[in-house]
Amino acid sequence: MKISLFIPCFIDQCHPRVGISVVQILRRLGHVVDYPVAQTCCGQPAFNSGAWEQAREVARHTLEVFRDAEIVCIPSGSCGAMLKVFYRELFKDEPEYEEACALGEKTWEFASLLVNKLGVTDVGAELNAAATFHDGCHGLRELGVRSEPRALLAKVRGLRLVEMASAETCCGFGGTFAVKFPMISTAMGEAKCAAAAETGADCVISLDSSCLMHLQGLLDRQGSRMRCLHLAEVLANNAA
Amino acid sequence: MSAAAQAFNESATEHCGDVEHRARMERALNGYEAKRDEYKGRFADWEAAREAAASVKRDVVNHLDTYLAQFAERLEARGARIHWAKDAAEAREIIAGIARDNGVRRVIKSKSMTSEEIHLNEHLIKEGFEVLESDLGEFIVQLRREHPYHLVFPSMHLTRHQISETFAEKLGAAKVTEPEELTMIARGVMRRKFCEADMGISGVNFGIAETGMISITENEGNARLTTSLPRVHVALMGIEKVLARLEDLALFMRMLATAGAGQPLTCYNTLYAGARFAGEPDGPEQFHLVLLDNGRTIALADAEQRDTLQCIRCGACLNVCPIFRNIGGHAYGTVYGGPIGSVITPHLRGLQEWKHLSFASSLCGACSQACPVKIDLAHHLLRNRRNAVREKPPFFEGLVWRAFSFLMRRPRLYRAVARIGRVFQPARFFTPWTRTRSAPRIASKSFTEWWSEASEDGAKF
Repeated sequence: MKISLFIPCFIDQCHPRVGISVVQILRRLGHVVDYPVAQTCCGQPAFNSGAWEQAREVARHTLEVFRDAEIVCIPSGSCGAMLKVFYRELFKDEPEYEEACALGEKTWEFASLLVNKLGVTDVGAELNAAATFHDGCHGLRELGVRSEPRALLAKVRGLRLVEMASAETCCGFGGTFAVKFPMISTAMGEAKCAAAAETGADCVISLDSSCLMHLQGLLDRQGSRMRCLHLAEVLANNAA
Repeated sequence: MSAAAQAFNESATEHCGDVEHRARMERALNGYEAKRDEYKGRFADWEAAREAAASVKRDVVNHLDTYLAQFAERLEARGARIHWAKDAAEAREIIAGIARDNGVRRVIKSKSMTSEEIHLNEHLIKEGFEVLESDLGEFIVQLRREHPYHLVFPSMHLTRHQISETFAEKLGAAKVTEPEELTMIARGVMRRKFCEADMGISGVNFGIAETGMISITENEGNARLTTSLPRVHVALMGIEKVLARLEDLALFMRMLATAGAGQPLTCYNTLYAGARFAGEPDGPEQFHLVLLDNGRTIALADAEQRDTLQCIRCGACLNVCPIFRNIGGHAYGTVYGGPIGSVITPHLRGLQEWKHLSFASSLCGACSQACPVKIDLAHHLLRNRRNAVREKPPFFEGLVWRAFSFLMRRPRLYRAVARIGRVFQPARFFTPWTRTRSAPRIASKSFTEWWSEASEDGAKF
């Protein structure tokens, strides 16, 4: 299967190892991976800020870049929700509506792609650690991805998954919310970090590097040793 | 920034820093969640029940003209007097007029958020009437001259010790520690007031069009006393609170109790069909129903906002909202707090002044998931944001998003700018982020660069 990657902009710039891990896993599973280098951002920051006109301009660019793709894989629940759910809303009264729906249909969040499309749960990963899983809100509630990452983690050798209390509560990142209302964002993040710490886990795993960037930022300041890892890094044995 | 936005930021900052307040909210609402889940389990299929409830309300809202006319007509046929109020001022004046016409001096009230919405108490007191809240939580916040903290739990922010102090200060009561003792103090005050009151004012949970009845749901029995002891009963109801059939209550009473309070059913559920009939021993001599628009027909006319009229004011969206849990109920500065308040306050009271509430959300969607009538709250917040920006584009942020769009449609330029960012690491200087969090670093080699190099090496993907 030929799979085109959409690597969210902040993964491209700040967490390239997540993208590299996705490539390695999909190649190992025997798929042809393509990365259209003209891609940039899905437009979500502008969309969430109410600037739908600019969000649409950026989204049109994304529609064009992935026009000929067969399957699009995106290692983020949030950017995945932008493509799969919010593009429909953004283009509701626009000529590109059909195309936006078509892109949504062929786009898969990474964990969901592995489990639901490719039928894989064991990718031969190994990590000797106790881990807890943070459900990113968009992946969980907009895309309904909940069991898939847990099925994948269950097959990681040496990994003990300990669920935290309120695993489905928002970590407080929320895009521009994190800097427009830093006091609320921080309070929410502190609650999340405390819940994660209570499990005694060595690491927090998630489908979203954006949530993890926020949580790692807080954990660093707290002097915690807990590490935040994207699921792809774990599955590709790049967590070390 | 509007004055309301400024006040919001100040109060939210203060409450977020109050770790004890946050912990108290967390304890109370975790308890609620456990109970709610227990009683959700008693539904054969909670999700199907939500869908059924949403579809009943959708039908009512889409045919509101028909159902309201039917509802009013059937009540009138039984002697009820119906008053239509287009806004808060009109509703206040209607109720004050009824009181004046009947020589009322003392008014007792059962819990009604709609009466908060029209600021009824302030008006009646200004007009010279004595007004007493008889719901225990409302009674406490009235004594403290505060606004209800939560749609359903108006004094949930207070500890029993704070309540005892309030009773000691305002009522001269002895200091006590047990909730039962506190309740007995309040009851001692209220029983006398119930007997003395000339007029009782209640809200309405559901109006039944089929039979011409109002349904009131409560846990303390105070609404029954409010509506039956005084000689005049005035019920105040938003026009969206109608249900078509009596049998709809079978679903809605249970959903309201479970979603709103984590109960299988509230303790008292009563249907009122009008004043006392000739020959009946008790009940009020007059029954008035005030039907309030106050912006609801504007939402009705807007296909995108219409589903907000499905709201049954259960408060489930507040209970699960991580924003509410951290900033508390008073920070909003609105009558309706939490997600539903953030969604409808801009509709009711002006988008530009109240838009900040729609931005003060991480868009986590817990509210949409909790809403028993499936109002798409999180997405409404996004649409409010869009409307706010479209109506009055913010200058500086507008520039930012135009620059963002310019850059993101030019991949080469974007990557060149990102390479410059690699040298400066600009996130370090962004204090709204760095005050509490370590800054993310732009990597020395982006994924795109890794990909290009790997491709040149001849690796086949």
